[in-house]
Amino acid sequence: MTKSQKEEKIRKSRGAFHEAFKGLLRNRTATVGLAMVTVLAIVGILAPVLAPYDPLRPTMRERLTPPTSAHWLGQDELGRDILSRVIYGARISLTIGIVSVGVGMALGVPWGLLSGFYGGKLDLISQRLLDILLAFPPIILVILVVTVLGPGLWNAMIVIGITSVPRYSRVVRGSALSLRDAEYVQAARALGSSDVRVLLRHVLPNVLGPVVVLGTLYTATAILTAAGLGFLGLGAQAPTPEWGAMLSRGREYLRVAPHVSAFPGLAIFFSVLGFNLLGDGLRDALDPRLRGVR
Amino acid sequence: MPTETTLKVGENVLLEVTGLKKFFPVRKGVFRRVAGWVKAVDDVSLFVCDGETLGLVGESGCGKTTCGRTILRLIEPTGGRVLFHAKRMDRVVDVASLSKREMKSLRREMQIIFQDPYSSLNPRMTVGDIVGEPLIVHHVSRGREKEDRVRELLQAVGLKGDHMRRYPHEFSGGQRQRIGIARALALDPRLIICDEPVSALDVSIQAQVLNLLEDLQEEFQLTYLFIAHDLSVVKHISDRVAVMYLGKIVELAATEDMFAKPLHPYTEALLSAVPVPDPDYEAERILLQGDVPSPVNPPGGCYFHPRCSYAKPLCSEKSPEFRDLGGLHFSACHFADSLELKGVKTE
Repeated sequence: MTKSQKEEKIRKSRGAFHEAFKGLLRNRTATVGLAMVTVLAIVGILAPVLAPYDPLRPTMRERLTPPTSAHWLGQDELGRDILSRVIYGARISLTIGIVSVGVGMALGVPWGLLSGFYGGKLDLISQRLLDILLAFPPIILVILVVTVLGPGLWNAMIVIGITSVPRYSRVVRGSALSLRDAEYVQAARALGSSDVRVLLRHVLPNVLGPVVVLGTLYTATAILTAAGLGFLGLGAQAPTPEWGAMLSRGREYLRVAPHVSAFPGLAIFFSVLGFNLLGDGLRDALDPRLRGVR
Repeated sequence: MPTETTLKVGENVLLEVTGLKKFFPVRKGVFRRVAGWVKAVDDVSLFVCDGETLGLVGESGCGKTTCGRTILRLIEPTGGRVLFHAKRMDRVVDVASLSKREMKSLRREMQIIFQDPYSSLNPRMTVGDIVGEPLIVHHVSRGREKEDRVRELLQAVGLKGDHMRRYPHEFSGGQRQRIGIARALALDPRLIICDEPVSALDVSIQAQVLNLLEDLQEEFQLTYLFIAHDLSVVKHISDRVAVMYLGKIVELAATEDMFAKPLHPYTEALLSAVPVPDPDYEAERILLQGDVPSPVNPPGGCYFHPRCSYAKPLCSEKSPEFRDLGGLHFSACHFADSLELKGVKTE
């Protein structure tokens, strides 16, 4: 095997996402973001293994104990181990992120795809519907719906997802609109591909880049919004170890035992920051014009 | 349109376009009312014989590309007929009025090569998937069989079979254009509409791609409708040439006839701009005055009269008929018989 043949073997190209991943690793802040998200994911998945105590079991004699060697992050107002609760909280926040982003994408992406690709009246009507949704501040809408449907984590997650639908739809619609006239789409039509095939094989893969970025950034927003709902008592209900709810309960003891609310707060901060850094990095990595600048 | 009785669609004529029109609406105001029409293709008639190359030339924006895409029904025509001899269906069909299903099977016989090799290949698909897509869509072959066919096609256009696992961004402009050509060839079509296939390429690469197109034409008995704005390219590759101005065909003739003795003042002006490789040759450039009129609001009578140096009062009043002046040399000029127009030396 000659050298050039070897090189060819190695180069066996892997497409744009592979390139983007390499670009991501070259970007230092994005790498930090990826690491933070990875830590969050591992903690969430391995929660039962990592948590030293049962996050729900109260120990009334040890209420509001500050951090000790037995309880690294101290104990809360019912004497529950805060470290275990924060660890289980990662699991909940991860679920919130995945479910609400999943709901948002599942509705928003096809909506935008059809709206942009077919245009005309369909586009006009569907985009005005989204305008209505966009006109409300998301948190107001979420509070409204959760109040009507009743508080709870699942309702909160789904509504948070729905409020993000217009954003995905707009991003996808814009790209689909411009791709409709792209020459490779015309080529696919000229050789007889059906609309479904054109949409799934040619348009969708080329709009996914910005959607992935948006999804990552929106995970942070979803976690924050859910924490806000938990804080207001509209999201996760006691005794669920949800960070926002923990923060809310700890607020009452802020003077005597600041650790009760400080650690869940830090956890929110850490995960939101991680997803934001990763999202920003992904955006840069997926944009060929910015690639290699850093 | 062919007046000589020897020409007949289905025998020696592959494609005959009659009165083809494509108007785009111009919308204005809050309610997007239709305020006018852009007559991109306005009553175009032409025919392409089996196995020949018909060059379609004209300035930017004169409707060449729209014309090509309307023939393929990538753009729905506003009016007119597109008769095509479909071999697989073994009959002459009017492309403009086919149903969606019939259209799909017709697409096996007419294909297109695009101008820009960078935007005509999906960046997320491998070359193998791009070239193999027509085979999948038309259930021709799949799996191993498809791979073999793709390899064969890539070799036919001068690439390596192993290139099928790579992505388009790994290739140069010329190589990408070859991939586009391989895709167009995959279904073994009879007619290929070449939409300025070389104008985005370097001059050195242009010649290679043109030669490739000529070789392929011979090998696969292809018929080309070759859209271009570069007259030297058209002269090299075409058997006959159609000149387009503002959505209309103004002259249609065999290449040598047209270059030697044009019968429309616009063609004469275009030809005077062709560089002649002779240092002693004193070029007499005809510089057209003014701009191309807007296709939304074309001038009355002959569309070319405001810029024509031979224009007479009749020209602004009556639209000239597109007629055969003998020997299948068509022209749309009132005075085509009497004008002594200058061609270029053909060696």
